[in-house]
Amino acid sequence: MPELMRRLEMTSLTARVALGVAVLLVIGGVIVSIAAFAYGREAARSAFDRLLLGAASDIASAITVQDGKPVIELPVSAFELLAFAPDDRIGYRIIGPDGTTLTGYEEIALPENRRDLRDGYFDGAFFGEPGRYAIVSRRFAERTLNGTIRVIVGQTMLARNSMAYDITRKALYVLAVSGLAMILLAVVVVRSVLTPLERIAGSLSARDPHDLTPMDTAVPRETAVMINALNGFMARLDRQMNSMRHLISDTAHQLRTPVAALRAQADLFSDEVDLSRKEKIVERIQTRSAGLGRLLDQMLSQALVIHRGDSARRERVDLRDIALDVFEEGDHAVLNPEMDVVLDIGENPVEVLADAPSLKEALKNLLSNALKHGRAPVRIGASLNDGKAVIWVEDAGEGPDRQTLDELGSRFNRGGLARQASSGLGLAIAHSVAVSFDGELVLEPTDREQFRAALLFEVAPARTA
Amino acid sequence: MMTMTPSLRILLAGILVLLNCGPAAAQEMVADFGPEDAGQVLVLRSTTDIAIFEPVVETFLQTRPTVRLRYEQWGSNELYRLSRRDCHSNQPGADIVISSAVHQMVQLVNEACASSYRSRLTEELPGALRWRNELWGITREPAVMVYNRDLVPQGDIPQTRFDLLDLLRPSDTRYAGRVATYDIEESGLGYLFAFADAQEASTFGALQESFGRTRAISTCCSADIIRGVAEGQYLIAYNVLGSYAQGYQQQDERIGIVLPSDYTLVLSRALMIPKEARQKPLAEAFLDFLLSPEGTLALRTALLISPLLEAEDGNEGESLSSTALRPIGLSPALMVALDGLTRETFLRRWRATFPGP
Repeated sequence: MPELMRRLEMTSLTARVALGVAVLLVIGGVIVSIAAFAYGREAARSAFDRLLLGAASDIASAITVQDGKPVIELPVSAFELLAFAPDDRIGYRIIGPDGTTLTGYEEIALPENRRDLRDGYFDGAFFGEPGRYAIVSRRFAERTLNGTIRVIVGQTMLARNSMAYDITRKALYVLAVSGLAMILLAVVVVRSVLTPLERIAGSLSARDPHDLTPMDTAVPRETAVMINALNGFMARLDRQMNSMRHLISDTAHQLRTPVAALRAQADLFSDEVDLSRKEKIVERIQTRSAGLGRLLDQMLSQALVIHRGDSARRERVDLRDIALDVFEEGDHAVLNPEMDVVLDIGENPVEVLADAPSLKEALKNLLSNALKHGRAPVRIGASLNDGKAVIWVEDAGEGPDRQTLDELGSRFNRGGLARQASSGLGLAIAHSVAVSFDGELVLEPTDREQFRAALLFEVAPARTA
Repeated sequence: MMTMTPSLRILLAGILVLLNCGPAAAQEMVADFGPEDAGQVLVLRSTTDIAIFEPVVETFLQTRPTVRLRYEQWGSNELYRLSRRDCHSNQPGADIVISSAVHQMVQLVNEACASSYRSRLTEELPGALRWRNELWGITREPAVMVYNRDLVPQGDIPQTRFDLLDLLRPSDTRYAGRVATYDIEESGLGYLFAFADAQEASTFGALQESFGRTRAISTCCSADIIRGVAEGQYLIAYNVLGSYAQGYQQQDERIGIVLPSDYTLVLSRALMIPKEARQKPLAEAFLDFLLSPEGTLALRTALLISPLLEAEDGNEGESLSSTALRPIGLSPALMVALDGLTRETFLRRWRATFPGP
């Protein structure tokens, strides 16, 4: 069964349409055939019933009364009328007022269930063949004969049946022709429906492998869904490719200077003979390599953020947990033990839809910026402000001057994030995270003479029960 | 095989004529053809005289050495009653029934007494000579007027029914009491012809009236009437079966034959295969034989397909336009002829015309 389902899913659209049309044609054909046959029978029945009635009336009107006895000379015209059904046998019976058969076949039985037999038709048998009969009554009110004489005329059904089959057959011809027309139409429709798909496939396969520009969306609405999804996918791919490209070039650029400096120091060290100066050089090498280590950390975390921003699944994250985690990891105590860091979180959850490691990385970078450039006390925390979820770092300094802030902002907007000092890289990471999760990075002085770096996000929708 | 010399045939015909009248309960004559020890016996019941049909049967048997054919000759009314009784009691009787009283045959077919058969040859028959694929017309025999060549002057020979009416009209006509026709109460064929006449034209009413006024003779049987004309007992016979008349004429030059040119009824003897027939395939073979060129030729030789109906025949001035030929078609309309009340009404009128001897 799963095999069958799988095969069904892989069935081509053409085959599906063909199957649908075939089923439609078969069911429709059967229904129309039955209807045509029913109609044919009805038409034949009414046509030949009238012949019967005509013949019976003809015979009834030929009855006369002579000497108190009904006298009949069967009109040949009545039988010629019946001979319109050339191969059918004819039965007739004329019943007198007293119920005796005056002439004709006594074998013809009147229907029993009708007591007061009126004029009309009934089905019966005639010498073993099914037959159809008409009854016509004629009343006589003579001095010598008073009563009703009934004339029954019947016929076998060969002509009726052949007429019914004939009508059915003609209807089936029409049906076959229209079925053929439907199949042709279906072929045309399927081809025209599948053309856009073929065009899309064609343009995709003809594409340059590096071309990730969006595809033309001037396609039928149904296929536009697919094109839009494809375009979205390609845009993400494009973003990631760009990020990687930038990361690689940034990394190369940023590593070149410190590594060159290190080598220079190392060269100096090997050339130096004075021990005290050698010591100084070692000291310098140590600071340099520590800085290089930090730079590497940051670059890796940026790579991580960029990667996760596009690929990680968004989860419900409480920003207070992020602040708490960063606070408790206590990197700041190692790096800048002289600075006081205060955690400031409330009781209400501050939930957003985002990726916890990315957020943590961003917050860490903001914190380390504050520790490096700001003044104690430094506070980190998470809160709800004006309907936005905010995670922030504050310090008591003035922060960068207005001009630097403006420059930073424009740089972020240009996307050239990382070509600057490590503080810029930290902000760049925070900015990337903010953008990845539809938030923003705000750097501004607070009204309490403090500088705040904050990430603002949309609050996650309330959890449904 | 049974062979007959022409003189024997005439003798036999004479015997038949004697036996032909009267309500015979049994068959009038039986003849067996073919070898005594034949494996198959085909029973044929017919109203046709054995002598006339014999050559046809002989031709049929020529190619079938293992078949024996028993030919029973019946009067039409007896044949009808017998066939009907066999049919309704589901008793096997004849394998083939051939009757000149086609209305009775139509009635039998109508009562589901016949079995159906189709072949290329039966399909070739015109629609009027075939009904339900159960009844087939195998002969073409006109109803003719016969006159005595010696006693009827050339100018008096009636070419139409109107001529006959004119002959009978004068009160002192010499044809009074000397015109003969069938007694339709006795002869099924006579009744059929009279009935067809009544359907065909109003002339028949006038003719009947004239017959009555001039005390025409109604008597039985073709051969009887024709012989009467030849011998001068009657001067003119009306509605005589052309095949018998022509057959008689070949032996006896004293009679002349006229096909009425106003219209001539053409009878096709009807053949049916009863549904209880024991030798159906053989019966069907016989039917196909009768319809085949070979059988048609045999029937033509026996005068059952009348040469009179063909333009090139020897009789002077007898060729008719085809519109004057009125075949009595095999259709259920013929059932009217057999209807009891209708027949009674018809016969009552007939009796009023012929008060009887």
